[in-house]
Amino acid sequence: MLDTLSYYLNFNFVRYAIIVGVLISLCSSLLGVTLVLKRFSFIGDGLSHVAFGAMAIASIINASLGSDSTRTTSQNSMIIVLPITIISAVLLLWTGQNTKIKGDAAIAMISVGALAIGYLLMNIFSTSTNLSGDVCSTLFGSTSILTLRASEVWLCIILSIVVVAAFVYFYNKIFAVTFDESFAKAVGTKANAYNFIIAVIIAVIIVLAMNLVGSLLVTALIIFPALSAMRIFKSFLSVTICAAVFSVVCALLGIFLSIIYGTPVGSTIVAVDMAGFFIFAIAGKIGGKS
Amino acid sequence: MSELICKDLTLGYENSALIENLNFHVNKGDYLCIVGENGTGKSTLMRTILRLQKPMSGTIEYSDGLKSNEIGYLPQQTLVQRDFPASVKEVVLSGCQAKIGARPFYSKEEKALAKKNMERMGITDLSKRCYRELSGGQQQRVLLARALCATEKMLLLDEPVSGLDPKVTIDMYKLIKQLNDEGISIIMISHDIYSAVKYASHILHIGSDTFFGTVKEYKKTKLGKLYLDEKGGNENA
Repeated sequence: MLDTLSYYLNFNFVRYAIIVGVLISLCSSLLGVTLVLKRFSFIGDGLSHVAFGAMAIASIINASLGSDSTRTTSQNSMIIVLPITIISAVLLLWTGQNTKIKGDAAIAMISVGALAIGYLLMNIFSTSTNLSGDVCSTLFGSTSILTLRASEVWLCIILSIVVVAAFVYFYNKIFAVTFDESFAKAVGTKANAYNFIIAVIIAVIIVLAMNLVGSLLVTALIIFPALSAMRIFKSFLSVTICAAVFSVVCALLGIFLSIIYGTPVGSTIVAVDMAGFFIFAIAGKIGGKS
Repeated sequence: MSELICKDLTLGYENSALIENLNFHVNKGDYLCIVGENGTGKSTLMRTILRLQKPMSGTIEYSDGLKSNEIGYLPQQTLVQRDFPASVKEVVLSGCQAKIGARPFYSKEEKALAKKNMERMGITDLSKRCYRELSGGQQQRVLLARALCATEKMLLLDEPVSGLDPKVTIDMYKLIKQLNDEGISIIMISHDIYSAVKYASHILHIGSDTFFGTVKEYKKTKLGKLYLDEKGGNENA
């Protein structure tokens, strides 16, 4: 087993996959606590469906421009997918509390709407011969994590650094705004501005993470580490650190397992996350009693 | 000199006014209790004082050295807080957020201030505990310590004793009174008219009849007598 692993590790594409996997899982775990506590667990789901819809639009535009190489497609689509997702995230998080359609309903509405439109557009305009294969890999994560090129890895590294740096820099503000938004506003913290920053960070993370696990499973990367860490740890800092470590370990395990057994990368990582959650839940129960 | 002056305030949502032409002021060191039935706009008034909401008309002036963001706020518990993983220290420290401005981290002075206020509230030994696992009274002390990190001038308390048992309620009232004696102005929303009359210096009664004045004056008015008797009757029954 270890032989197989070390054999695969000689390949550049496997190393790339591991780097990207670790970075994405680290980023996605950071804001999990905030989103779970703000009752926004499903924002990942909603946004990733928006990203799916945007991806469909992007691929149509690419097709009409006549670029048929899949590589350029995925890079061009980033330019379209990222802004659309960020705008949706801002709309969802910012207006969530005051609008007549409440947070969860708004997310559900946007989520299924984007999914339907995306699939519809792909069906009408797509030139691909393997349409259901395309859709399936966008939803559940493709093997594309194993076919990354150096430039994409760099893009991922840069975005991850930005996300982690932003999170560390705004850590105390994010805590304040999540724990008690009214108090934060009352003492003059610009809560709306920080909600905006949270929304942007989350959108970037989701677009990144779609590569790894696909748009249906993105939510798992965001909420499982946070929920698991919350079973055991009691302070915001320790929960955040634990979630990050949990997420990275699970992602590594998942990638290795999927290499060894030839299983789909995304769903293997999520399965490992689930197993980790149950272990933490049991440990929390036992620890809580003693 | 008044720290807070509300002139001709009209408050409400979407063109339906809850409170009209409200006038009152809070002087330094005052202890004002806002009483009234449910739905008369007590919380709306509080949100307006904190500038979380705009008045439909009228003005609120902050003066005598009080800045609008120097009001410490003790909100009612929210759903989010019930399962929030945060240590007592983290919660208290977040009271300093107005002081750090754009800086990312808390300084030594701010940490010292948080520590001082934890001692003041008698919760130093809880500082590593998880906020959600504390009793209701302990949680309120934590939130008070946080509010004190934000200000030394004025505290706004939104039903600070709701859900507390009688003994803890009395302790809480004493603690608030003690802060008031130290020179911090208090504005408190309360359902408990007896404690309001007992501890406060001024009463603002809102509802179909409005009254603002000292406790002594309030007891003499028809409104005050009626309200006190009625409440007493209810409690005896």
